[in-house]
Amino acid sequence: MTVVVDISHRLGDFEVDARFESAGRLTALFGPSGSGKTTLINMIAGLIRPDKGRIEADGRVLVDTDAGRFVPKHKRRIGMVFQDARLFPHMSVASNLRYGRWFTPTAERYADISAVVDLLGIGPLLDRRPAKLSGGEKQRVAIGRALLASPKLLLMDEPLASLDEARKAEILPYIERLRDETKIPIVYVSHSVSEVARLASNVVVLAQGKVAACGPTGAIMQRLDLLPAEERGEGGAVLDTAVLRHDDVFGMTVLGSVAGEIRVPLLAVPVGAPMRIRIRARDVMIATEQPTGLSALNILQGTIVTMAPGEGPAVEIGIDCHGATVLARITEQSRQTLKLRLGREVYAVVKTVSFDPANMSAGLPVEADG
Amino acid sequence: MNWLLDLTPDEWNAVRLSIKVATVAMVASLPPGILIALVLARGQFWGKTLLNGLVHLPLILPPVVIGYLLLLSFGRRGPVGAFLAEHFGIVFSFRWTGAALACAVMGFPLMVRAIRLSIEAVDRRIEAAAGTLGANPLWVFATITLPLILPGLITGAILSFAKAMGEFGATITFVSNIPNQTQTLPSAIYTFTQVPGGDAGAFRLTLISIVISMAALVASEVLARRVGRRMDIE
Repeated sequence: MTVVVDISHRLGDFEVDARFESAGRLTALFGPSGSGKTTLINMIAGLIRPDKGRIEADGRVLVDTDAGRFVPKHKRRIGMVFQDARLFPHMSVASNLRYGRWFTPTAERYADISAVVDLLGIGPLLDRRPAKLSGGEKQRVAIGRALLASPKLLLMDEPLASLDEARKAEILPYIERLRDETKIPIVYVSHSVSEVARLASNVVVLAQGKVAACGPTGAIMQRLDLLPAEERGEGGAVLDTAVLRHDDVFGMTVLGSVAGEIRVPLLAVPVGAPMRIRIRARDVMIATEQPTGLSALNILQGTIVTMAPGEGPAVEIGIDCHGATVLARITEQSRQTLKLRLGREVYAVVKTVSFDPANMSAGLPVEADG
Repeated sequence: MNWLLDLTPDEWNAVRLSIKVATVAMVASLPPGILIALVLARGQFWGKTLLNGLVHLPLILPPVVIGYLLLLSFGRRGPVGAFLAEHFGIVFSFRWTGAALACAVMGFPLMVRAIRLSIEAVDRRIEAAAGTLGANPLWVFATITLPLILPGLITGAILSFAKAMGEFGATITFVSNIPNQTQTLPSAIYTFTQVPGGDAGAFRLTLISIVISMAALVASEVLARRVGRRMDIE
């Protein structure tokens, strides 16, 4: 399934002029608010008619202004999860879930009610009214409702943005399961680096209505220049790893990655399970020789491959550790003291406790990461 | 208390006729009422202000003027009345149907206002969500918009009914005051007040009119509350 978007559209003073193509399992449209990502996703859904351009999904032309083609939203078979759930207030949760089924031709119904209810854990809510649900529950029902219309593509417009941290943590695993257990490709709008790093297989970075970059998540997350200033500290390496073993004595799990073994706080997942971790640039220290007498447990050996000035006194240093690039954010003073230069062999040091749950998630099977 | 319920046949007929006229006026104006309210709430077109003014005309003109205009257009020799009588055999002038038409016209602005307000309160983003789930615009209206504006529909319908129960000026101008044919409650009360010794009759019918109108109001309250509770709108 490929989504091809090539449009230009004017909204008052704001102009969206975007061109991208994505075949990923979960494509994130990432950018600060006002970058045009919601406009783009609304165009894919058919809620906004672009002034000019072309949108294709799965080989089907949805919009082609040159040919005068515009498929109305109810004929697109594209599911949409809105930031503000938008459940039907006059229907029970069960009726909300069943709504899209009416309009799906029997032959094209692939979504099974009980499977979706299980996947999202909304069984106990079926008889309730939307007004009686919490924000997180509403959003899960909204996801279920979109899925049960058996869409060919699922769009999610900042589904977590209006929720607090606890509710986000409640829903994220469901979105991961959605990504891994169903075959529906997802386009996911977000301005949060941690969500994108956790969920996306591919990222389209938007800035002021234009596509700034587009590629696999690992590659995009290392380009700190693409991240908004206040989120730069959140950027860093995204590594896809697998669980090697658990260390019950010290309460740790050992992950295997191309960069080497990484110790993280104990995870409740079986050995062999894929895990995606994010090593934030601000959590990485650099040593010029194999450190001893150091409390940090993760020491990855590598070579400096990039050096770029960050904001203020910071320098961002990319270290190639056997094929995976780990980013470190240190001060210019440290860089000069340590005489760091391109090609120099160094050690990247990461504390185990810096891997909080926000930095670890069920991994995508490696092939999806391109 | 016996004298209260001891109505003459003519009085009973006035009560029955009033209820019939008001019910028909209310039911018949619902479809055009919804349509016009929808157009006014959502439409963007040239002449919208004009249409809005036209709908509100019965509210600002003296009822007698409306009755006279109806007589001119829907009377037997009026352009619309002659056409309807000739092609469909529908006659309004000096019939109870004419009373229903006059009541419907007089109550129309109240009904449209109530429905329009409730349509404007509907969150269109919820309708858009229904669209992405595969519902075409007609289905969206039937399954989302209509249920959401139900409380407004009930209010509009009851306002129209209550207005019809009390309509006097336009009715009497258009269809006159013929006992057993076009004499509604207000006309009958008016007649009683014009004859000596008619006080008791006028008082009886006045009480009955109060009871019917209050009952309609209470019924709409109960209905609207039940609908509201069922919907549980935040």
